[in-house]
Amino acid sequence: MLAYYFELGLRSLRRNPMLTALMVMAIGFGVAASMITFSVFRAVSGNPIPDKSSQLFTPQIDNWGPQQNLKGEPPDALSYTDAMALMRAHQASRQTLLYAVHVSVMPGGSRSLPVGANGYAVYGDFFPMFEVPFRYGSGWSTADDDGRAAVVVLSEAFNQKMFGNTDSVGREITLNGHDYRVVGVARHWNPQPRFFAAFDGHDFDEPSDFYVPFTRALDMQIDTWGRNSCRGNVDFSTRDAWLRSNCVWVMPWVELDSAADAARYRQFLESYAADQQRAGRFGWAPNVRLRNVVQWLEYQKVVPPETRISLLVALGFFVICLVNTIGLLLAKFMRRAGEIGVRRALGAARSEIYKQFLVEAATVGLAGGVLGLALTALGMLGVGLLFQPQIARLAHLDVSLMAMTLLTAIVATVLAAFYPAWRAAHVQPAWQLKSN
Amino acid sequence: MQIKPILSAMRHHKAGVMLIALQIALTLAIVCNALFIIQQRLAHLSEPTGIDEANVFVISNQWANQSSEQQTDVQIQADMAALRRLPSVRDASPSDSYPLRGDGWDDYIMLTPEQTEKTTDADVYLGDEHLLDTLGVKLIAGRNFRADEVQRIGSRQNVASPVVIVTKALADRLYPDGSALGKSFYEMSKTPSTIIGIVDLLQNQSVGTWKSAYAYQSVIRPLRQDNSDGTFYIVRAKPGQLTAAMREVPKALYAQNRMRIIDPKDGELSFAEVRKQAYETDRGMAILMGIISVVLLAITAAGIIGLTSFWVGQRRRQIGVRRALGATRGDILSYFLTENLLISVGGVLVGIVLAIGINLWMVTQFEMARLSLIYVLIGVVVLLLLGQGAVLAPARRASNVPPVEATRSV
Repeated sequence: MLAYYFELGLRSLRRNPMLTALMVMAIGFGVAASMITFSVFRAVSGNPIPDKSSQLFTPQIDNWGPQQNLKGEPPDALSYTDAMALMRAHQASRQTLLYAVHVSVMPGGSRSLPVGANGYAVYGDFFPMFEVPFRYGSGWSTADDDGRAAVVVLSEAFNQKMFGNTDSVGREITLNGHDYRVVGVARHWNPQPRFFAAFDGHDFDEPSDFYVPFTRALDMQIDTWGRNSCRGNVDFSTRDAWLRSNCVWVMPWVELDSAADAARYRQFLESYAADQQRAGRFGWAPNVRLRNVVQWLEYQKVVPPETRISLLVALGFFVICLVNTIGLLLAKFMRRAGEIGVRRALGAARSEIYKQFLVEAATVGLAGGVLGLALTALGMLGVGLLFQPQIARLAHLDVSLMAMTLLTAIVATVLAAFYPAWRAAHVQPAWQLKSN
Repeated sequence: MQIKPILSAMRHHKAGVMLIALQIALTLAIVCNALFIIQQRLAHLSEPTGIDEANVFVISNQWANQSSEQQTDVQIQADMAALRRLPSVRDASPSDSYPLRGDGWDDYIMLTPEQTEKTTDADVYLGDEHLLDTLGVKLIAGRNFRADEVQRIGSRQNVASPVVIVTKALADRLYPDGSALGKSFYEMSKTPSTIIGIVDLLQNQSVGTWKSAYAYQSVIRPLRQDNSDGTFYIVRAKPGQLTAAMREVPKALYAQNRMRIIDPKDGELSFAEVRKQAYETDRGMAILMGIISVVLLAITAAGIIGLTSFWVGQRRRQIGVRRALGATRGDILSYFLTENLLISVGGVLVGIVLAIGINLWMVTQFEMARLSLIYVLIGVVVLLLLGQGAVLAPARRASNVPPVEATRSV
């Protein structure tokens, strides 16, 4: 019977082509607008490291005080002094500090023109903590961190650029005029948004080219390529004065396996800040935070407001399209009141009428979904015009989005059809037959 | 025209009336807010920078070898001399940033050295005595820097500049009585900086929302710095020679010293490109909201046509009866127009409340401005006209129903 209703539905689509076209277009446009904006939203609001996001935390310590902090919140990164103190205390199972660096390399040897490369200065724990996959070799050890070793991990793409598609582990690479030994080549790895460096705000950048030891980068006086934020007096006659200042630029991460570990680490942060207060460095009570990846991304407002607004407006648009569809379906179904009367008089149950009209609505929804799919595919080409390129390139039409487009269109149309179908099912057969 | 019979007729198809009214209400709510967003974004992206945008371009220059800061400074000066000699170049200056760059350097500004709370915030531009001419900003009071006032600092070093030039916006914020010239302030330092010149307009380095409270507030300091973020060379071409200058400048720089990085992709940007990148999001939002508004209005109009056509079809007999009893075509036409107007007015009233509600919610969520009532008014007029326009075709068809229809059975 359902197959027959489906056939009836198709036939009915052809019967009032104008009305049908209106409904199909409304659903198509509505679902396409929602899916295009949703694909962008999905890309920027995803969890970049789902299986570990609740074990990775970024500690914050207020070294600015109530008058200069961020409306009561501690700064979003650590000063060099506090960052090094956390590393020395070593209260987490794994821990790293990091900052963005930019260096020059000579891809074609010393006679070529230099090019820039972007990377991060990190500790050896960075790689296992953030589950960086390796193609060749591995990260470096704690001994390398302590020994301030001149080692480097390259990204696959950067390795390709510098060494061709070969295993470069053990070879030397010159960064900023100094030699580093390659210890590993990471497979393509670019978590989006780049949660671990959200302080810098380059959340959707291209993957970084390399990673060098934090300790080595400091020795080589490679400055941060990312943000640096200070309070009070910033007269620095030397670089060391800047290092000792309250300027925050170091991004810290710790791995804590259980809730108990996290609670213990929070206590440690409190006691560290209390020590600083006792020592006279902080003139205020401890003000610390320990946020995990999801909380951190939320707090840093990584999802651009435009993406949310677009999604909300598109959803509102879809709702209006559905209200429109309810009205048109009502008109379409009620036009056939006579036909319904005949069926009911011949003994069809109300449920049969429901079934027939809901199946017919599903047919409309399917047609709308197909149009929506075409429009979504078309819209994906134009996404670059609507959103920033680095965000737009993250949005794509994959199988799950295609399935979602069709499903949303059908389910929404069937839901919209409930009221018109109810009205159709309650047509009084006697009255219809009489008026005929 | 009597309204009462229309109202009582509406009671017979409540659902359809409610649906049209609801659709109009929601459309109004979204279209008002979309129009408002479009206006805000367009206003934002057409703010002037105050510089000679047609002829300015920017080179992002990084050094490939770590030489001493003195050597770097000598190289920067040699570069500048070389650039200023080029026939297509009017002037050039090194700087730490440029308007609309996106990222930037801003400092807290205090009026007294003891203050811990900032008085205001300003963007920091570094440059030599050529910066004002290079940007093409207008000096409206005081004087430019002298060559002997320009100092050199190394990376991550910072000392307060004894003399500075500020924008009018900053001067007025600090000294609202207009007496800023010759006065001083404290820029995150215990040492005062004295205002020796005021420029008319100079846009900020970042035009994000948080910056709007400090719009156009900038300090220009007479400094050359080997900034680790790279040194920017701002170049102003002679009128009409931008293309030539953009071709010659990198060549001249590499001829000076090839151990530098000028990224082939974005190491050299004309100001038109800078502006385009800075306002990408705003432009995108305006386009998206525009498309959604237009499609939405079209769909609402189509919905009204669809439902009204259905009603006309349903009521052919009644229309025939009315016509047979002496109603003119005009009467039938105005019946449907009035009916639509009544529904639209109902929808619009609900829509106004919704529009303002949505806006108030967005204000709390997205740092948006309050919806100006003009946009609600525009939305109301547009939707009422749209409703009347949409209903016109089915209403015409209704008015063409012949009186003889009264005698026919369906």
